[in-house]
Amino acid sequence: MTELAQAIRSGDRRALARAISLVESNSPLAPALLADLWPFTASARVIGLTGAPGVGKSTLVDRLARRYAEQGQRVGVLAIDPSSPFSGGALLGDRIRMDDPDPRVFIRSLATRGHLGGVNRALGGAIALMAGAGYGLVLVETVGAGQSEVEIMSHADLTVVVLMPGVGDDVQANKAGILEIGDLFVVNKADLPGSDLTVRQIRSMLGLLDKRLAQVPITKTVATEGVGIDALIQALDGFGRSPEELERQAARRRQQADRRLREALAELAVEEIRAGAGDDRWQEAITRIAARETDPERAARALLRPITKEA
Amino acid sequence: MLQRKIRVLVAKPGLDGHDRGAKVVARAYRDAGMEVIYTGLHQTPEQIVEAALEEDVDVVGLSILSGAHNTLVPKVLDRLRAEGLDDVMVVVGGIIPEEDAIHLRQLGVAAVFGPGTPTQEIVDFTLGHVRER
Ligand SMILES: Nc1nc2c(ncn2[C@@H]2O[C@H](COP(=O)(O)OP(=O)(O)OP(=O)(O)O)[C@@H](O)[C@H]2O)c(=O)[nH]1
Ligand SMILES: [Mg+2]
Repeated sequence: MTELAQAIRSGDRRALARAISLVESNSPLAPALLADLWPFTASARVIGLTGAPGVGKSTLVDRLARRYAEQGQRVGVLAIDPSSPFSGGALLGDRIRMDDPDPRVFIRSLATRGHLGGVNRALGGAIALMAGAGYGLVLVETVGAGQSEVEIMSHADLTVVVLMPGVGDDVQANKAGILEIGDLFVVNKADLPGSDLTVRQIRSMLGLLDKRLAQVPITKTVATEGVGIDALIQALDGFGRSPEELERQAARRRQQADRRLREALAELAVEEIRAGAGDDRWQEAITRIAARETDPERAARALLRPITKEA
Repeated sequence: MLQRKIRVLVAKPGLDGHDRGAKVVARAYRDAGMEVIYTGLHQTPEQIVEAALEEDVDVVGLSILSGAHNTLVPKVLDRLRAEGLDDVMVVVGGIIPEEDAIHLRQLGVAAVFGPGTPTQEIVDFTLGHVRER
């Protein structure tokens, strides 16, 4: 085991913080580190929270993290905000809503760094590092774009969709395909008028989509006041108890493993093929694709050929 | 491909409620390609150092308008050292008399920026002095 992995296992929080940076920056040290910790990551529960901007995701995460920490759990939080497409920089503001007095809570802000889908390319690695460090619960707040955040499903055991009362929210959510990814729904800001209507609208929309979705729990919260948090925690903890749910969880973890394998394969394959082809052939292929002398697929096959023949 | 990003924590310790300046600097850092963690008002030195540790930042920028810099800044510096974060660069912005600024620099603050310092100057200084890791 690498020294850094050992430090992380022994509870060194600075080592964990540094390791997340290494994974984010694609450091050559990252693969060995992740390999060392991977065996220790199975038991961590990963809960994703997604929803439109400003619905109260960060405030909810803060409440949940504190409550779980009070129960003695170690809680990792990963809060994702977008990178600027122009400068590559980012303003990460989720922490404004998160008070972090408990040493059992570890909060880390991540920028999307050009990755689409509401998460960050290194999210899987960051989750594994937190899990490997002994954080039994990892809460992930996605970018609040209100759409195309479905990728959280490929990381979380459980996806919470956060909404708030308001005209047409249900329709918007449905358009964004966000309803189908929810294992659980929260109507936050229940202190504002119209929360019961929103609950009914979600319920009927879910019933339309799929019979199974008609059973999905919907809870109301006032995150700023801590109202409804206990009921939400009960709903969260009630998951994965029945045999059917356990089976679905296992199936989901297999899908996620499949996904991780494909990602790793794609990344490695590109690296290997590029190295095998050499920079001259690589640049030549780029030039010819750009000049429309060949197409990307044909160029890729030509670069692949020597490898597939060997096999 | 190595994509190291400079990460900056912009924090407002103390009791004053004005974070306009802090936000302007945060945006300038972002526009220069850095990742900026903004933690909002009324942060204690403990909270600031906790955030600096978890966020693995290269730079901590403190904005202090309350006049309490002589107590707040040394507390942040001490705690950073206690957590083994001596390699984090600390810059301070705010209304700070020259003699206090000299003292803070002696304690380990990399730079003190007075009101009206062009953001470009702050960005350039930060990029020029941030430590390679
Ligand atoms: N009235 C009311 N306001 C709330 C509630 N929960 C959060 N807020 C407020 O809503 C605003 C946004 O809250 P956040 O927690 O930052 O929302 P978010 O979904 O994380 O926002 P983004 O990360 O920007 O997408 C803040 O001003 C909160 O104080 C609530 O239950 N009721
Ligand atoms: Mg947020």
